[in-house]
Amino acid sequence: MNLHEYQARDILRRHGIPVPPGEVATTADEARAIATRLGGGGGGGPVVVKAQVHAGGRGKAGGVKLAANPAEAAAHAAKILGMTIKGLTVRRVLVAPAADIASESYVGIIVDRTSQRPVLMVSAAGGIDIEEVAAKTPEKIHRLPVDPRYGLLAHQALGLALTLYRDIAQARAAADIMQRLYTAFYAVGASLAEINPLVTTRDGAVAALDAKIVIDDNELDRRPEIAALRDTSAEAPSEVAAREAGLTFIKLDGAVGCCVNGAGLAMATMDLVKYYGGAPANFLDIGGSSNPQKVVSALRIITTDASVRAILFNIFGGITRCDDVANGIVQATRALPLKVPIVIRLTGTNEELAVRILTQAGFSALTDMDEAVKRAVAQAKAA
Amino acid sequence: MSVFIDQQTRLVVQGITGRDGSFHTRQMIAYGTKVVAGVTPGKGGQRFDSVVPVFDTVADAVRETQANTAVIYVPAAVAASAIFEAADAGIPLIVCITEGIPVLDMTRVLPYLQERGARLIGPNCPGLISPGRSKVGIIPGNICRPGRVGVVSRSGTLTYEIVHQLSTQGLGQSTCVGIGGDPLIGTNFIHCLSAFQADAETDAVVMIGEIGGTDEQQAADFVQHTMTKPVIGFIAGQTAPPGRRMGHAGAIISGSSGTAAEKMAAFARAGIAVMQRPADVVPLLKERL
Repeated sequence: MNLHEYQARDILRRHGIPVPPGEVATTADEARAIATRLGGGGGGGPVVVKAQVHAGGRGKAGGVKLAANPAEAAAHAAKILGMTIKGLTVRRVLVAPAADIASESYVGIIVDRTSQRPVLMVSAAGGIDIEEVAAKTPEKIHRLPVDPRYGLLAHQALGLALTLYRDIAQARAAADIMQRLYTAFYAVGASLAEINPLVTTRDGAVAALDAKIVIDDNELDRRPEIAALRDTSAEAPSEVAAREAGLTFIKLDGAVGCCVNGAGLAMATMDLVKYYGGAPANFLDIGGSSNPQKVVSALRIITTDASVRAILFNIFGGITRCDDVANGIVQATRALPLKVPIVIRLTGTNEELAVRILTQAGFSALTDMDEAVKRAVAQAKAA
Repeated sequence: MSVFIDQQTRLVVQGITGRDGSFHTRQMIAYGTKVVAGVTPGKGGQRFDSVVPVFDTVADAVRETQANTAVIYVPAAVAASAIFEAADAGIPLIVCITEGIPVLDMTRVLPYLQERGARLIGPNCPGLISPGRSKVGIIPGNICRPGRVGVVSRSGTLTYEIVHQLSTQGLGQSTCVGIGGDPLIGTNFIHCLSAFQADAETDAVVMIGEIGGTDEQQAADFVQHTMTKPVIGFIAGQTAPPGRRMGHAGAIISGSSGTAAEKMAAFARAGIAVMQRPADVVPLLKERL
């Protein structure tokens, strides 16, 4: 789960990391009021107005603007609120005093899959896309795998901080921020936490200007206070509906709606759609259970997508029973008649029973995956 | 011989009285696995299905039954703790089926296992099966046939699909191992490949990977430099968009790294025959056997 910048800044602040002031506005008037209070020069001075959406490249899209005074802040906020960035509508802006920046660096933590440890990454090339730095000039990033039994030790943090700052006071301040960021990483159950940029101001202070935190979805059950930060208005409605129904759904832009049990088979099915010249409309995993209700929810979500021209079911019955899926399809299509053709492939546990249920209800069912995918692609093209 | 499990496997089921644990325990017993004990705290002294003794702790189960393998079906919230407990009881092979364990829990579990020399398979995996001998986990026994092909995969149902193709076209399996779809797992492709290379009853290996991480790329390197047996590879997720988790917590393209194209290229460079679709598995294997 992605957090907004303002939420990530709050978490850092609660962990004792210096974060410049800043507040969230949902209207232009609120933005003006915040700028009047927090703007440079004891209020009323320059502020930056930043779109709060779960998308990178906000600046390039026009979602980050500098305002000289509260009136300008209101004007920028009016433009940014309601703007669409990478398909997401901006509903909030962060208004913060424009900082007088002397230097920008990067500090981030991820869990590295190869060393199987949290890894701290720092770079003096801050403020820009760190993946670009990693790809083009990897030598500019210093990486330190941390032993989770002991945490980020003081001398390790200081060693990294000294790659960023020559001034020992600044290095100590940055090291303290790194240790606090590491603590916050575990405390909130993050899979990514980054400060980009970590800045020094003209008066020499070190502070976290912008922050990004991604939470491991598996942490949410045990951290209700973090789960409550979810902003469903910032997500595609179909994906919200799927999550509430216990399904994993990802919208894509093809015409073949896919409904599969198991994530690997779901990906392989999408790939096979492409192999036979079609394009998948979605990734959808109905999971390992055989609950007919899940099938009903899945069909409802797929059929609300207007670009779907054919629906493809691909079920390998191991634990999932094919007859349960067949019953789900029959129930769902009774409640919600289909406007597009459906191709059903089932094989494995209770396959014969499933075929009988579907045939009686007027569907035809296949047992071969390639045949089913070919047919779905052809029907999507004919529609 | 087979890989990791065989007739000597003496299994303790953690979470034996739960919904999933009880269902799959019955399936494993029906398949012929020696399920010697179950663990559910508070139910020590009972018998599961009036046969399998239930204990309060894994340590009790090991002391009383000499269990040497554990399988975990407990909920995600307590799964890390169940792995710690199995390792502490001296179990050398721990198979964790549970999906949804926080990654940060795994950063603490894995070094603990290493210090004790225990092998973990999973988490978030279907377990393993040595057809005709033993099964630990949830892979449906009826789709497998005894034979000489090793299968290792990050997936569940996709593995069943490919194993089904093998079985129905006359290619049995020595062992099928599901290593799990999470970003941090106990046993990776290389561990399994090297076990298959050493196994006298395995002639070839099918490796089923997916997007995310670099495990397949490292495995390709291993195949090129260390393996003499033929390896066939598949990668799921050619149509997956970057930055999205495709169901499995570990199936995510980060920036431009971890793509299917990159992994398939690494396979091809290492001399691994690359399947374009699941149905290619049998023709490709037959060319090489």
